Amino acid sequence: MLLMLAVIIAGAVSAPWISRLAGGRGAFALVAVPVVALLLLGRMASGEAAEVLEAYTWVPGLDVAAAFRLDGLSLLMASLVLGIGVFIVAYAAKYLEGDERQPRFMATLLLFMAAMLGLVLADDVILLFIFWELTSLTSYLLIGFDHTQAKARQAALQGLVVTVAGGLCLLVGLIMFGEMAGSYRLSEWVLQGEMLISQPTSGWALLMVVLGCVTKSAQFPFHFWLPNAMAAPTPVSAYLHSATMVKAGVFLLARLYPTLGAHPGWQWLVPLGAFTAVFAAFMAFRSDEMKKVLAYTTVMALGTLTLLIGMGEAQAAVGFLLAHALYKGALFMLAGVITHETGAKALSGVGGMRRHLPWTWGAALFAAASAAGVMPWVGVIAKELLLESALGHGVWVVVAAVVSAGIVGGMLFTVALRPFIGAPRAPRAPEAIHEAGPWLLAGPVALAGLGLLLGLVPGLADQVLVPAARALGAVDPAALALWHGVNHAFVASLGSLAIAALVWWLWPRTLRWMGTAGWDRFGPERAYDASLGALGAVAVGVTAKLQSGLLRRYVAITLLSTIVLLLSTLLLRGDAVVWPQFSATISVPIVLAAGVLVLAVLAIRLVDALSVALILGAVGFGVSLLYLWFSAPDLAITQVMIETLTTILLVLILFRLPRMRRLSSPSQRMADMVLAIFGGGIVSLVLWQVMAAPSPVSISEWLIARSMPEGHGRNIVNVILVDFRALDTLGEIVVLALAAMGGYALLKSPPNTGERES
Amino acid sequence: MSADPWLVLLIGGLYSCAFYMMLRRSLTKTLFGLVLLSNAANLLIFVAAGVTIGRPALVPDGLQAPEGLVADPLAQAFILTAIVIGFGVLAFAVVLIRRAHEVLDVDDFDELKDAEQ
Repeated sequence: MLLMLAVIIAGAVSAPWISRLAGGRGAFALVAVPVVALLLLGRMASGEAAEVLEAYTWVPGLDVAAAFRLDGLSLLMASLVLGIGVFIVAYAAKYLEGDERQPRFMATLLLFMAAMLGLVLADDVILLFIFWELTSLTSYLLIGFDHTQAKARQAALQGLVVTVAGGLCLLVGLIMFGEMAGSYRLSEWVLQGEMLISQPTSGWALLMVVLGCVTKSAQFPFHFWLPNAMAAPTPVSAYLHSATMVKAGVFLLARLYPTLGAHPGWQWLVPLGAFTAVFAAFMAFRSDEMKKVLAYTTVMALGTLTLLIGMGEAQAAVGFLLAHALYKGALFMLAGVITHETGAKALSGVGGMRRHLPWTWGAALFAAASAAGVMPWVGVIAKELLLESALGHGVWVVVAAVVSAGIVGGMLFTVALRPFIGAPRAPRAPEAIHEAGPWLLAGPVALAGLGLLLGLVPGLADQVLVPAARALGAVDPAALALWHGVNHAFVASLGSLAIAALVWWLWPRTLRWMGTAGWDRFGPERAYDASLGALGAVAVGVTAKLQSGLLRRYVAITLLSTIVLLLSTLLLRGDAVVWPQFSATISVPIVLAAGVLVLAVLAIRLVDALSVALILGAVGFGVSLLYLWFSAPDLAITQVMIETLTTILLVLILFRLPRMRRLSSPSQRMADMVLAIFGGGIVSLVLWQVMAAPSPVSISEWLIARSMPEGHGRNIVNVILVDFRALDTLGEIVVLALAAMGGYALLKSPPNTGERES
Repeated sequence: MSADPWLVLLIGGLYSCAFYMMLRRSLTKTLFGLVLLSNAANLLIFVAAGVTIGRPALVPDGLQAPEGLVADPLAQAFILTAIVIGFGVLAFAVVLIRRAHEVLDVDDFDELKDAEQ
């Protein structure tokens, strides 16, 4: 399985070069990448074993392994990712032919494919999470591909924020379960389902995982990013909606169903999915733009899948997943063809194209028939499985399923038929409209045809669906059949077809009234916008408050925060604060200290810069005397030399400067003084706590013992500087050299530079 | 040990003076605050490492290591580096302020900010 991933990633890495081959036609050759991977998958799945495990050591210290698992469910998903991927790559090669950004696009698309494939094959949940986030990142790049459009950028960011926020929740949930189970393998979690459910925190962990899944799979109230994501180029939308990305959340729910399906909280997925399905069906009915209608029907399908997984209807879930992937992939590509050829994006803007785009029309009819659940397409099997499952779970589930399936069926027929019937009209002149070539049509025609084939020969679908249902815990999934006789599900199915017909008739008559923007004033997307706006406003406000551009404000804020933090630490840490005991005996250092302090206070009182410079020199000499007294002759010598240089420098430069003036008001000076005294006081207090605490083990002992034998020097301080910590000294020299160069440049540059700039 | 509390008091006092000077509007006063601040910080490291009277960190002739307790050489090495770097920073700041006077003729951060705009 690693080999498959390696093939696709290698394809992605080499895609930019391959795409440029043969005068930009090389992109067509990239179709070989998913084909090769598909062959590898087929060879692996042909074995007898019900599931294949494959593990490589990756980060053993963290118990993370590159573990993969191929069972019925991941086989179904991987076949969809790669199988639809073949057509998507072919479609994209033609769709963006001649676009200079195509190499980049193909590379990102293949990376996206690799991420999705890794996600469905991963057995290690950390590995799964990494692929999960990779799909978010690559889809961000794909949705925002048209990065000169503000709308595309916004949609990409929205998708990223929503899915990554959910992804973080997912990580929390996965780690919680991982710690409970003592393992990070999905295949081992399955064996410990009951133990995991009985843990007291399992409810929270489940909530976190579900949050990750429903954001990814666009369930209400996180659905809004998906319709916006249609800003992406058509091949991306088709791929994103049919086989990848949004299916990831549903896939993970299905993956976890055998483990956690018995958890009491699992039931909540049923109303969530049902509401999402009905809501999205209604939203689709309100829309005019082709891709938007399709996007909302995807949300409806995801809601239905969540509903089915919530009820634990394994076979219905995988059947619906397969049927949806086929018709949705086809319809999205066909919508792209219509837009590509006629220039129309809105359904109301195009009609009568049946003569101009006959193949497109045929494929669209096939796909819509499957979607609406018309005999004998595979969609009807999926729909009857859905309705049969719903019948076992109460009336309102049936109503939700029938209504949402009916509306969506009607809307998909609207998309598939209205552009082709009636009098010809399109933004582009009819003479200029030609049928798309085989590269664009291969995918939709193949997928739509497959929908009919699987419906006629359900045994073929059983080949993948029965193992998939088994992987979901279905004990003995029945073989699929097209005709079950007249039963409740059949009646319900007829009901949904009636609703579809009603929707078909109603849509053009109510669109103007339903589609008005006033309805969009409420809803979760507004909440998203408002919270992002609030975040921005807070950032601007805080920045305006803190970044005043005045140095003394920064100093004051830093000082105040330091005081508050240190003081609260001192008070909160539990140990009593130690206060110094002042001895009354006067000694030399005490006199020196008092003298230095008096000079320092004098320095801040004076206004003549020269006098202050001289007094500061005296402070420095006082400090060097203290060094000398306390056994630090080297420090004393250095300090004396530096202090002399400093004083000379200050006097040389400052004697040209004007007298300093009192600039601040008296009250300001008083406030500053209080702040400064508090700051100094807290320094003293903390320093005293440090000195009162037992001294930690010091490396000084080591340095003292080795100075002579290894450093060959008797002055230990000097040995440290030039030997043990020679790099520090080198850094010090560099700083001095830089300061000297900077100072020289400033002094030598012409005096009017600044004025010219301003 | 008897002088320790007084040294701690001195360090706090020097910090207070430095903070006060750095809160001023005048560029020159802020510079003086920098001088006081580096002295205070050096003394802080020195005193925190523990002070010793009359026992510098030297190895006497004929011995491989000093006998008994000596002053902490590591803290002294750090401070030595800090003194020199402090001087480098100060020298650069002095030139910068002189330049501000020369070009803009200001010694006030508020005016300097206005001049930027």
